[in-house]
Amino acid sequence: MPAAADILLRVEHLTMRFGGLVAVDDLSFSARQGDITALIGPNGAGKTTVFNCITGFYKPSEGRLALRHGDAAAWGALETLTAGGKRSSKADGGALYLLERMPDYLVAQQARVARTFQNIRLFPGMTVLENLMVAQHNRLMLASGYTLLGVLGFPSYGAAERAAIERARSWLDRIGLTARADDPAGDLPYGAQRRLEIARAMLTDPVLLCLDEPAAGLNPRESAELNELLLSIRADGLSILLIEHDMSVVMQISDHIVVLDYGVKIADGAPAAVRSDEKVIAAYLGVEDEDVAQVEAEVRA
Amino acid sequence: MTAPLLSVRGVKTFYGRVMALKGVDMDVNAGEIVTLIGANGAGKSTLMMTICGNPRAREGAIVFDGRDITQMPTHEIARLKLAQSPEGRRIFSRMTVLENLQMGATVADSADFDADLERVLGLFPRLKQRIGQRGGTLSGGEQQMLAIARALMARPRLLLLDEPSLGLAPIIVRQIFDAIRTLNAETGLTVFLVEQNAYHALKLAHRGYVMVNGLITLAGSGRELLERPEIRQAYLEGGAH
Repeated sequence: MPAAADILLRVEHLTMRFGGLVAVDDLSFSARQGDITALIGPNGAGKTTVFNCITGFYKPSEGRLALRHGDAAAWGALETLTAGGKRSSKADGGALYLLERMPDYLVAQQARVARTFQNIRLFPGMTVLENLMVAQHNRLMLASGYTLLGVLGFPSYGAAERAAIERARSWLDRIGLTARADDPAGDLPYGAQRRLEIARAMLTDPVLLCLDEPAAGLNPRESAELNELLLSIRADGLSILLIEHDMSVVMQISDHIVVLDYGVKIADGAPAAVRSDEKVIAAYLGVEDEDVAQVEAEVRA
Repeated sequence: MTAPLLSVRGVKTFYGRVMALKGVDMDVNAGEIVTLIGANGAGKSTLMMTICGNPRAREGAIVFDGRDITQMPTHEIARLKLAQSPEGRRIFSRMTVLENLQMGATVADSADFDADLERVLGLFPRLKQRIGQRGGTLSGGEQQMLAIARALMARPRLLLLDEPSLGLAPIIVRQIFDAIRTLNAETGLTVFLVEQNAYHALKLAHRGYVMVNGLITLAGSGRELLERPEIRQAYLEGGAH
């Protein structure tokens, strides 16, 4: 186990049942602050279910999901918070959230966990820029005094809106979509929609970004660009939780990998260790064709 | 020289006023595996969908097995045993896995059903475990397996696969590509494949086409295309590392 001070998210004894089906079975792992933590495993292993529990889309059958903000000393309140009935506790310079007690919108708004989806869920009829403005809704509502000050034309709202547009613009630059700012999001090609979904999640100002198969449907070149984007997000200090089947993404950018099979953890460690783990090879990776590895090496040389 | 099984000539497809396909020419011969590669947004899926008549080509001709299917309704095209596993899966989410497979088999001879079912469940053992579950409760990758299996249940004369590897574990991707190769070699199944993993696709295919902005810009054998530097650069290379 990593030192408690580094831990951002603790998943403990998470179990999720759907009727008689146990999708996630007594799963425990930790994600460190500033790390890219990958969750991999065969199809149907329960990866997306774990995401849905962390982000409040599902209420877990059992288990504790604790997230820290700010100072690591906040972990000291964990047992007290668990014993009490509250969702969160705040201390000097830090806070602790029990995600399993929170509905999805509060996980996003208060615990500041943002996510993307396996099947892209943008607002397809809104423009690219509008999608990025909606992401900043909570901040803008606050600035507009829940509409009132905005309607009355207070200058604070105008300033907040300009700042929101500025933030959206800088993200458009970063994901290379400035030229498409006014096009409906649904008209963008698949790869661009994926990047826009990441930018939209980032504009909710998260402390943890959960990405469900962000490289699906991308070609090797686009996957490499995604790697750059995710590494730059990590360099900004953000922590990422990643579900992905593209090993050229997972193995190159992850700090830590957790492997699930049939809802149970079968491996947990650094990429090099996971890649050579026999259970992971048997259940998930399979044996790599020699010539594929050779061509990939050739192409990267 | 026999006529190709599928022949696409001068096809133009529009979304509103936007021309997505700008005059596409391509052929698939019986018994071949042909792949189409290209960047996101190039029009690959649009070509797949246009072949199935949704959206319809505004100009040009699509001929399947000697019949002009350009203006034919989609369900009649399906009855000619042209089956597609579409991008985004599009399984029937309220039907069970078995019912989805039965839907795929409606255009096939019912005498073959049991044997075909056994064959696709052998290919995807995961679906066997889920056979009575509703499609919508499957994981994303399992839905992708179901979409491919459903298309195979049609006993297609031409199988259109739009990104079959999407969302699948590496070991399953390998199994699918092996299965396509085996079905092609043993039963002569003709396959038209769109795939982001250009290396795997070109290695599997007899021939390949490259699409850029709604036009075919290159054609050749899988091996020839693999060796072209511009292909390597655009679709294979992992960028700067």
